[in-house]
Amino acid sequence: MSETTAVTTPAADPDGEEHPLRVVVLAGGLTFEREVSLSSGNQVEEALRRAGVDAELHDADAELLPGLTASPADAVFIALHGSTGEDGALRAVLDLAGVPYVGSPAAACRLAWDKPAAKSVVRSAGVTTPDWVALPHSTFRELGAGTVLDLIVARLGLPLMVKPASGGSSLGVQKVSRVEDLPAAMVSCFAYGDTVMVERFVDGVELAISVVDLGSGPEALPAVEIEPESGVFDYTSRYTPGMTEYYAPARVSAEVSARAAEVALTVHRALGLADLSRTDALVTPDGEVHFLEVNVSPGLTETSMFPMALEAAGHRLGEVLAGLLARRAGTTR
Amino acid sequence: MKSSEIRALFSVVSRPEVVSLAGGMPAVSALPLDIVGSMIGDLVSGMGAQTLQYGSGQGDPRLRERICDVMALEGIADASPSEVVVTVGSQQGLDLVTRVFVDPGDVILAEAPSYVGALGVFQAAQARVRHVAMDDEGLVPEALEQALIEARAAGDRVKFLYTVPNFHNPAGVTLSEPRREAVMALAERYDLLIIEDNPYGLLGFEHGPMRALRARNEDRVIYLGSFSKTFSPGLRVGWVLAPLAVREKLVLATEAQVLCPPSLTQYAVARYLDTQPWQEQIKVFTELYRERRDATLESLTALMPPGTTWTRPDGGFYVWLKLPHGLDAKLMQPRAVAAHVAYVPGIGFYADGQGREYMRLSYCYPEPDQIREGVRRLARVIEAELDLHSTFDAVDTGTFRAVRSSVPAPSPADQGGAAAESLTGPANRNENEDHRA
Repeated sequence: MSETTAVTTPAADPDGEEHPLRVVVLAGGLTFEREVSLSSGNQVEEALRRAGVDAELHDADAELLPGLTASPADAVFIALHGSTGEDGALRAVLDLAGVPYVGSPAAACRLAWDKPAAKSVVRSAGVTTPDWVALPHSTFRELGAGTVLDLIVARLGLPLMVKPASGGSSLGVQKVSRVEDLPAAMVSCFAYGDTVMVERFVDGVELAISVVDLGSGPEALPAVEIEPESGVFDYTSRYTPGMTEYYAPARVSAEVSARAAEVALTVHRALGLADLSRTDALVTPDGEVHFLEVNVSPGLTETSMFPMALEAAGHRLGEVLAGLLARRAGTTR
Repeated sequence: MKSSEIRALFSVVSRPEVVSLAGGMPAVSALPLDIVGSMIGDLVSGMGAQTLQYGSGQGDPRLRERICDVMALEGIADASPSEVVVTVGSQQGLDLVTRVFVDPGDVILAEAPSYVGALGVFQAAQARVRHVAMDDEGLVPEALEQALIEARAAGDRVKFLYTVPNFHNPAGVTLSEPRREAVMALAERYDLLIIEDNPYGLLGFEHGPMRALRARNEDRVIYLGSFSKTFSPGLRVGWVLAPLAVREKLVLATEAQVLCPPSLTQYAVARYLDTQPWQEQIKVFTELYRERRDATLESLTALMPPGTTWTRPDGGFYVWLKLPHGLDAKLMQPRAVAAHVAYVPGIGFYADGQGREYMRLSYCYPEPDQIREGVRRLARVIEAELDLHSTFDAVDTGTFRAVRSSVPAPSPADQGGAAAESLTGPANRNENEDHRA
């Protein structure tokens, strides 16, 4: 497919003519990740237009559903990050409305959104993941924060990663190396949500492995290696150009690369994901790949790893997304 | 949390579901927009040859005359249009003054807290900002003198004092009359230049404009003015009033930056001042802001948990709120975003990392009902955060069996400096504290 060829729908217009694919790209939302989502959405819209798709950007707001009813799209692309877009809720509503969309079904999203639940499923599927505990604020209040934190440190050791149990873009994620910093880290993490996941810190090379289904089943794209200048891949490192070095493909052996790909595919299948996903993992010096989390709506900004992986595999973002949209067009779930 | 994260959290403010007590946007919809529209249309159709053309670097002479009339309302009777430089908002004026006076490493004295846009200018100039304490009467002269003495002892070059004397951004307080005299006396004694930034001076709720610092001393004060709050921020018209020797340098600097301020908007402001009842319009604005200030203060009094304190502005746009002990406005922000209410964390108004327990609330833009709803949401956010702190603050990390550490946990008392403590102090405490469990 060249850049100038219009993507058309498999289904023809009532008058029998094929028309250019008409899609709505959903971006924005009402979450902490709105800015990232808008940035993803803009890049997707531009890439799709270059690929000959009639793409229009829309926020997930009260005008969305009436708009889709008045002027139906062939398919929707969800570039929303954070709750609504990734927790399955919006997809469930699109299912109710019979609107086709690219990506994982609602139930799978709900599972992947809950990081501790997803880790359990992934571990059951035979994938290594750092030990963790996920607890709501009420548990600390009822059982005594000191006692519970004491147990956590005794069991998981230090350093620890403290993360909101759901949500992306590394918002609220902290590495805690000193026990005296732990209560404050818990307080600031609970500002992002009612459940905090505390995870054993695993030191290693950070990889993002994207999975995409180009029509013949899910396949892993070349892993992207992340090397943040600060040592911690937090929000600032992630979205400030120049603050993180990315290597695509990753500078790891073929063996590790294959293992990472296998982990990402196992995660994708075990959680019932579809079309596209991005698994974040760590490779320890012994070559073991540790699953961290999976994103059903991977970032598609200029500094995001999914587009980098596509490029490393010789694909163009617009064409791949147009292909996914064309396949979903007309198919409701 | 870094500034990029704060920006990310702010992006939801554009959604109508969120009550924003964050932005400082004037209520421009209270202007007679049809009249302003036809006025600007006439300026283009009737005199486009001038209004769409380059103009003087110093600014349109007619506008500079009218600016002198505006400043006369604050007791600046002796200003000459030749001493006025029109700028692209007073922000550009501040940038010009800083460029002209400040070398990297120089010290600038500024209130604690200070206008975030000024701190940005000072940082770009690589100046060192030393904060001076304020209280309900504005800048504390004793603290100013202490800062001057210490700077002198340390061999620092203090280039100027930057102050917002009226309805301070973000603190909402106003420099009292006796303190104005005291500050000017200190300026004389210590050979201090003062940058008086006065965008809100005509927006008083209780009384007429106070006499400007510049009205008391024409040599030691450079005055920055703006039409952003009295007319329109979108036109970007502000000014600097400076002694002639300084004015010359400012004109050269502005010509290097922008060649000349935009002609059309200067003509628009001049025409507006010439033909419209602009002082009546300011009364319309202040009435609207007073109503919103009242809604804010009433809701805060009714709803805020004990231990929360705030300033009581009698003009301008802002209330400066201090959270109950131990709470951090920046760390609390994700919870506020989830609750659909936005504020500006206090830390941004300090150059030295103070201000974590403060936030700025703006009442200028939302309607009173929205303000009440926003404060209700904010109160719930603070209560939830207090609940969280009550769970974790008591944790004595020294008792951990698993990992022992010799490093003591930082005391919450160490987190704010003396300057940060003095504002919204006991005199301002919420009198309603006992009404709540």
